[in-house]
Amino acid sequence: MSTPHLTSTQASSESETSTRAPGSSASKRRTATLSTAQLLAAFPGAVRKLDPRQMWRNPVMFIVEVGAALTTVLGIAEPFLGGPETSGGTDVPPTFTLGIAFWLWLTVIFANLAESVAEGRGKAQADSLRKTRSDTETHRLTAYDPSGDPAAENAAVEALSSADLRLGDVVVVVAGELIPGDGDIVWGIASVDESAITGESAPVVRESGGERSAVTGGTRVLSDRIVVQITSKPGETFVDRMIALVEGATRQKTPNEMALNILLASLSIVFLVVTLTINPIADYSAAAVSVPVLVALLVCLIPTTIGALLSAIGIAGMDRLVQRNVLAMSGRAVEAAGDVTTLLLDKTGTITYGNRRATEFTPLSSGVSQADLVRAAALASLSDPTPEGKSIVDLAGENGFVHTGTLAGDVVPFTAQTRMSGVDLTDITTDGAPLIRKGAGSAVTAWVEETTSVPDPVRAALATQVERISTLGGTPLVVAAGSAGGPRTILGVIYLKDIVKEGIAERFAELRAMGIRTIMVTGDNPLTAKTIAAEAGVDDFLAEATPEEKLTLIRKEQEGGNLVAMTGDGTNDAPALAQADVGVAMNTGTSAAKEAGNMVDLDSDPTKLIDIVRIGKQLLITRGALTTFSIANDIAKYFAIIPAMFAGVFPGLAALNVMQLHSPASAILSAIIFNAIIIVVLIPLALRGVNYRPVSASQILGRNLLIYGLGGVIAPFMGIKIVDLVVSLIPGF
Amino acid sequence: MDGWLALLQVLTLVLVLAVLYRPLGDYMAHIYTSRHDLAIERGFYRLIGVSSRSEQTWPAYLRGVLAFSAVGVLLVYAIQRAQAVLPYSLGFPAIPEGLSFNTAVSFVTNTNWQSYSPDVTMGYAVQLIGLTVQNFVSSAVGIAVAVALVRAFALRKSGTIGNFWIDLTRGILRLLLPVSVIAAIVLLAGGVIQNVNGFTDVTTLSGATQSIPGGPVASQEAIKIFGTNGGGFFNANSAHPFENPSAWTSLFQIVLMLAIPFSLPRTFGRVVGDNRQGYAILATMATLFVVSLTAITMFELGGAGTAPQAAGGAMEGKETRFGIAASTLYATATTLTSTGAVNSMHDSYTALGGMMPMLNMMLGEVAPGGTGSGLYGMLILAVIAVFVAGLLVGRTPEYLGKKIGPREIKLASLYILVTPTLVLAGTALSFAIPAVRADVEGTSIWNPGLHGLSEVLYAFTSAANNNGSAFAGLTANTPWFNTALGVAMLLGRFLPIVLVLALASSLAAQDRVPATVGTLPTNRPQFVGLLIGVTVIITALTYFPVLALGPLAEGLQ
Repeated sequence: MSTPHLTSTQASSESETSTRAPGSSASKRRTATLSTAQLLAAFPGAVRKLDPRQMWRNPVMFIVEVGAALTTVLGIAEPFLGGPETSGGTDVPPTFTLGIAFWLWLTVIFANLAESVAEGRGKAQADSLRKTRSDTETHRLTAYDPSGDPAAENAAVEALSSADLRLGDVVVVVAGELIPGDGDIVWGIASVDESAITGESAPVVRESGGERSAVTGGTRVLSDRIVVQITSKPGETFVDRMIALVEGATRQKTPNEMALNILLASLSIVFLVVTLTINPIADYSAAAVSVPVLVALLVCLIPTTIGALLSAIGIAGMDRLVQRNVLAMSGRAVEAAGDVTTLLLDKTGTITYGNRRATEFTPLSSGVSQADLVRAAALASLSDPTPEGKSIVDLAGENGFVHTGTLAGDVVPFTAQTRMSGVDLTDITTDGAPLIRKGAGSAVTAWVEETTSVPDPVRAALATQVERISTLGGTPLVVAAGSAGGPRTILGVIYLKDIVKEGIAERFAELRAMGIRTIMVTGDNPLTAKTIAAEAGVDDFLAEATPEEKLTLIRKEQEGGNLVAMTGDGTNDAPALAQADVGVAMNTGTSAAKEAGNMVDLDSDPTKLIDIVRIGKQLLITRGALTTFSIANDIAKYFAIIPAMFAGVFPGLAALNVMQLHSPASAILSAIIFNAIIIVVLIPLALRGVNYRPVSASQILGRNLLIYGLGGVIAPFMGIKIVDLVVSLIPGF
Repeated sequence: MDGWLALLQVLTLVLVLAVLYRPLGDYMAHIYTSRHDLAIERGFYRLIGVSSRSEQTWPAYLRGVLAFSAVGVLLVYAIQRAQAVLPYSLGFPAIPEGLSFNTAVSFVTNTNWQSYSPDVTMGYAVQLIGLTVQNFVSSAVGIAVAVALVRAFALRKSGTIGNFWIDLTRGILRLLLPVSVIAAIVLLAGGVIQNVNGFTDVTTLSGATQSIPGGPVASQEAIKIFGTNGGGFFNANSAHPFENPSAWTSLFQIVLMLAIPFSLPRTFGRVVGDNRQGYAILATMATLFVVSLTAITMFELGGAGTAPQAAGGAMEGKETRFGIAASTLYATATTLTSTGAVNSMHDSYTALGGMMPMLNMMLGEVAPGGTGSGLYGMLILAVIAVFVAGLLVGRTPEYLGKKIGPREIKLASLYILVTPTLVLAGTALSFAIPAVRADVEGTSIWNPGLHGLSEVLYAFTSAANNNGSAFAGLTANTPWFNTALGVAMLLGRFLPIVLVLALASSLAAQDRVPATVGTLPTNRPQFVGLLIGVTVIITALTYFPVLALGPLAEGLQ
């Protein structure tokens, strides 16, 4: 596929896989692999980043670069100054200083490489997005009269470049043209190919008014003609923002990242003090240490592993979202997603399938057979295009109803006034009951009573059934038949069930384990809402919800200190989206909704909120894990370097050389080499993110402390030893 | 035999402290959150013009701490300089400027480092109206700052953090004074002297003349220990029979010095409304304490060399009336709190044994630390631990419902930067500046080489951490040490206080985030383990090289 995004089907199947088996290889994304080609492609960028003005922004790696420069100068100067000076009372091999310098440069380059690789992925996506932004000629109305000539049939039109469009301009777009900028359709209906943005190749319908009026610049109109009012400033369109986002150009440090940077900088300062104070003290009680050794010690102690990978982790986190077709307007929003404690979910489409399904036919009196009811219901629904109608026919088929031939008659469509639908058959073979109606209980009863009075037992049975189905969370649909002037009877009730999505209860259980409360928002009555809520396993629900109530609910949750996430698509969702800490707007939604939210889901899949939360958490965990690992590494490095530093003066310190490293010089060089290589080894992890399981905080902490804390203590002991075995083969070491 | 006695002694200590934990902790929580003022307090507030209902912002609270302490330094300095004209001065002359500065700073900062030999330097007037007063108030200042931080965890969206003058007054009047009076009486009963007799010349059995000092010791001894001050009335400090006559007074002193620091976690738990939070902090402190005590006792009992073997352990520098176990227990308690009183000479410990008191102080005086300073130090470490843990579980870190963001981490990080920088820079400068080095090597250091380094390192560790114990063997009454240690004590005390109060303010200003299963619980053993890990690793990473150049190198020779 030429577009950078996954199609929506791919994305959703992936997200489902990762829910069911977060640790399975199936959920490992393409980010997991890091090819040599990728590394090579990123190499020039990594070297360019050596510019100190850029390095300065990463204090930890800046220290390493300064150290590298210093040791390089020393290494070059040494031969002219009578060879390397002794360090800590030990002679140093002549290649030592330059060896250290070489590996220090590599350390810096590896760090830059991590960032470049992460950025590289974004660049490729940005390039293909940029193609959609190329200037197109467009037709602007010189004057638009919304009331007199909404279709702009007679308005004067001028041609100009899409780059010159201003906010508020009105343009006409016809089939085959690119929409020149983000806007709202003010007149017309069109099918639009949005694959450039969403990766979804099937065209979507956009029309003026209502929830589907927003169009995105760079998408192509496939049919018809629309009048669009531009709602974005030049250079600030959706695509522009998307490009900036995937390229990492607008990446601002998030609060947690800033806090972590401060901690890392402080640790670096502590180690700088430790290193700078060694020589005055050693000069008194032992023997002074040479500068390259001090630099090596400093670099080993400062948290270079996390310092090198920190920005790559952030970029990769955003990238993971983009791959799921979610655009976050800021890194802050992604981080907030990891902190979310309350999730507001719309019932329809998120928790239940958008449409209800018939699941049961119940005759109301002994005079009506099940077959009669099934047949009447099916006939009434054959021409009903709604999913509910289709589900009735399906269920009737399962109950033995076979329809042959064609049906002669008039379809009575559903209206809000009659609150029922049905057929008026003209084929009188239907034993004297050519009229069939289905609909709300009161409406159908009234229709029957136009000619016939309903007997009390039937009335009572009807009331019982309606009550029962409502309590079950379903919608009762009453079926009646009769003739125009003759007798009419209530046949029975169809149970239309709201079908809760498969696996949704498990997802909510998962969320609960993550410490997130779910609240279902629905327009249903409380009785129905309660039943669905119980079946889906949400923690709470808001029934008969209005947009205002939604907003009030969010405010109330936030006052209690909760962070709220929600999805929305309508203009009336905009205030709530803006109020929520994480507001995910559906791409199909209005531009008001998209402006109000801080994320846009290009697939318009409300369940994706759960993935967003997961990615937010994963981002933090990856940072935490590598920080812990980085600091835990220091213990082994101390055991390598300290005995080596003073081996000449205090042979007793050899007791601390638990790794039995070959010589002081090889011990120090090995520690530096390990320190550099571990960065490359961890790049894939930084890009992929640490595995996240939805279990309690204690369990996650225990597991991660074991892997990255204890692992971070043990791994370098083995790593440095292995490197030392190799280094010891170098002559002089 | 020795082992069993040692164990029995520790068990007694644990039992007493366990009994004290709840009532003392609850009582302190009551003192600092009560809305009721005593009559005497109301009078005092009127006198200094403070309304007992007024709350202070953190800069105002800090100004109170700094102004009060500055006045304290000036007063103690002036009293020492005026010693010659003060009554009950035993004929001692005025204290020289450098030493006066060092001593004034030392007692105001709750360090109580003594560059002098009190028996032959300080008259009763200076001891009573200068040093003893500071023993009370410096301790009360420490508790006040800790309480301000603790209250901040409980406050919601508050712009203020309490009132320094009220916290100070209540700490002195309701806690330190009453307990000290009782403790002084107990010590008197145990044989500690209390008189104004000056020196008594006696003729000993062998016919020689000996000058026996007297003094108001018991009254000063009680607060010296209870307020984790540690500045001795006599040079030998609590090894002196007039300060610490017997094994049981020694144990009593240990109880006194640990009582407040080990009960403050209860106060913390009580004020934030979750006693288990207090137990978690207590468990962290106690674990570090027990491990450290075990290590030093083993090093001393297993002391290498002929003499220690013959004596059944390293007895050099220890009093026979205490023995090894009671000495190491005292040494551990005095250096893990910021007391610094000694009943044995740490300088004479085995190399590795002598490293332990140093390591204890290097932990940052947090297990359980000084009165107040121990708790706030540990809470700072808890903030760091929570931050790392929060990242590891994928949530913006929060401690007791307060988010740990950039500002909080900045303050906590700066806090843990302060003392290591002071210790290492001070030690390094002692050898880096040629003139200073000549003076240090020529005048101050008694044991050149590795042990000499340990002595200097110990001095700066003790000063910067406001402990005050000395490794001995170092002549510190020199211009360099009086000044450098004085500066280390000042910065080591007040920079952290600035940071703690700023942190308190930013915590108090926040709302409390409700806990969910996604929140990392900070009252479980897991967190205790993490907090211990963070404390030990920060210390180890900071001090490993310098320890390797001193005590470690000496011990592994």
